[in-house]
Amino acid sequence: MNLSKILKNIFVILVASFVLTACATQKKTTGQLQGDVYTGSDSVEYLASGVADRVFFATNETVLTTASRETLRKQAAWLRKNSKITIVLEGHADERGTREYNLAIGERRANSAKDYLMTYGISSNRISVLSYGKERPVDSGSNPLAWSKNRRSVSVKAN
Amino acid sequence: MLFRYLLIVLIILPIKAFALIEVDITRGNLNPLPVAVSPLSIDEKSKSNFKKILKKEDLGSEISAVVENNLRQSGLFNPLNKNAFLQKPDIANLKPRFEDWNLIKAQALITGKVTFVDEKLRVEFRLWDVLAGKEMMALAFTTVPSNWRRVGHIITDKVYQRLTGEDGYFDTRIIYVSEKGPKTNRIKKLAIMDQDGFNNKFLTLGNELVLTPRFSPTNQMVTYLSYFRNLPRVYLLDIETGMQEVVGDFPGMTFAPRFSPDGKKIIMSFAKDGNSDIYTMDLENRIVERITNHPSIDTSPSYSPDGKYITFNSDRSGYQQIYVMNSSGKNVKRISFGNGIYGTPVWSPRGDLIAFTKLHKGKFYIGVMRTDGTGERLLTENFYQEAPSWSPNGRVLIFYRETKTNSKGEGFSAKLWSIDLTGYNEKMVNTETDASDPSWSSLLSN
Repeated sequence: MNLSKILKNIFVILVASFVLTACATQKKTTGQLQGDVYTGSDSVEYLASGVADRVFFATNETVLTTASRETLRKQAAWLRKNSKITIVLEGHADERGTREYNLAIGERRANSAKDYLMTYGISSNRISVLSYGKERPVDSGSNPLAWSKNRRSVSVKAN
Repeated sequence: MLFRYLLIVLIILPIKAFALIEVDITRGNLNPLPVAVSPLSIDEKSKSNFKKILKKEDLGSEISAVVENNLRQSGLFNPLNKNAFLQKPDIANLKPRFEDWNLIKAQALITGKVTFVDEKLRVEFRLWDVLAGKEMMALAFTTVPSNWRRVGHIITDKVYQRLTGEDGYFDTRIIYVSEKGPKTNRIKKLAIMDQDGFNNKFLTLGNELVLTPRFSPTNQMVTYLSYFRNLPRVYLLDIETGMQEVVGDFPGMTFAPRFSPDGKKIIMSFAKDGNSDIYTMDLENRIVERITNHPSIDTSPSYSPDGKYITFNSDRSGYQQIYVMNSSGKNVKRISFGNGIYGTPVWSPRGDLIAFTKLHKGKFYIGVMRTDGTGERLLTENFYQEAPSWSPNGRVLIFYRETKTNSKGEGFSAKLWSIDLTGYNEKMVNTETDASDPSWSSLLSN
């Protein structure tokens, strides 16, 4: 085996590892966003073990994603088991919209979650809705990932 | 001569700026009118009296400084350096030597006299046309000494009106939201200040979130959104007495309030079950009327100055756009059709234009369009800005602007800015704290 062959092999390995790490880092960033809906767990808190407290939305959207519906079904199951608990659904928007429209869209997001919980047997008098618009971001960053974390509806125990 | 010059400036500006859907980035100097604001003359006795009461060394100079600052900020006038003035204030007020003022290129001259009479402040002032060598106006007021800054604003309004033919906007106040603290947990208070940033006062303590205060066009009442007890509702506040009350009895969030032009109604959004519609409440008989009834989000309503129409924001087309309807809610027409999404429509007090916020390709714009949606003109582009409010004469817009923030929360600021309807004279409005949601009052003295 001559030196040039060895070098060539090393080069191939180096290139391969570059490609691999590139893949890895790319997966990491896309891993937190599907479309522009946040799928990570950075800001997420838990109402009970395995019951996440929040769902996320796409830009300008108020429709629940498949993942959001799964989270809400878990919340509904937990609420059925803990029938004395009441919750406030806090609806939020990102900072890339006018304040007043964002108040409305926050209210609509929280109501999307409320409607879904109701179809899973949670009485409307156990759920109240509060929109914060863009007033209470969890991530102050001015970037798409931060905005995706902020477009959310959070179920907060009220008692 | 002086008159002809101003007339030309005022007519040329709007025409020149009517380029369609383009940001006017040229901030060229418009040859503002050179004006000499002579310090108001004051006798020694009055001087020492006012010094005792107001702690001001020379009240004559202080009042003329208010006038001078107002004129400069307007962008239409260029107040000349006082060091170049040849004539003493007292003599200039009696009979200016026009050659002297002509020599320093002043085209208009303001002189005056301040006296202490019966515990009161008496101010007289004169406006002179230097080239024609004539007095254009002379007025005198008497008021309590503590009103001295307002006297400066009223003088500016009179001068502005005489020279431009339009009402001024200087004896006015701005109500706004003062902001402090981290972006994730901002503390917000209602605050009020004179149009030039002086006499700042906080109206709430910051215990609850407050948003979008708006002045009544007819008196010193304010309507705003408060999260008192975590129930976001529209409130009415009397600035003089401090009395506040909830507007209406709605079983959910009310927001985006504004007064009708006669000050008798409040128009706002009410959100229920994920749907926001527009309602009015009559402040006299408390009757609530539903204006829109549509499954989309309808918000940010604003009346035309004659009260016959309402412009508002709706996403019934799929995205935020601007609409106009009769004040009854009938005859809804979409008026915004440009690229991007549109929000916060506000009807000009002159009636002919609607100011708005636009988001297009990740940038925010403040712009104006005619009330039928034609003639869209973008005045300023930035990372984030919104919520224009008109000066009472419809010549200037005030709005707020936010800066980019990193994920640690660094770099964030919110400030008030103003810009001329022409797209010129963009200026930051100084506030003690960060600030947002400005609303301009009508003229205090009318």
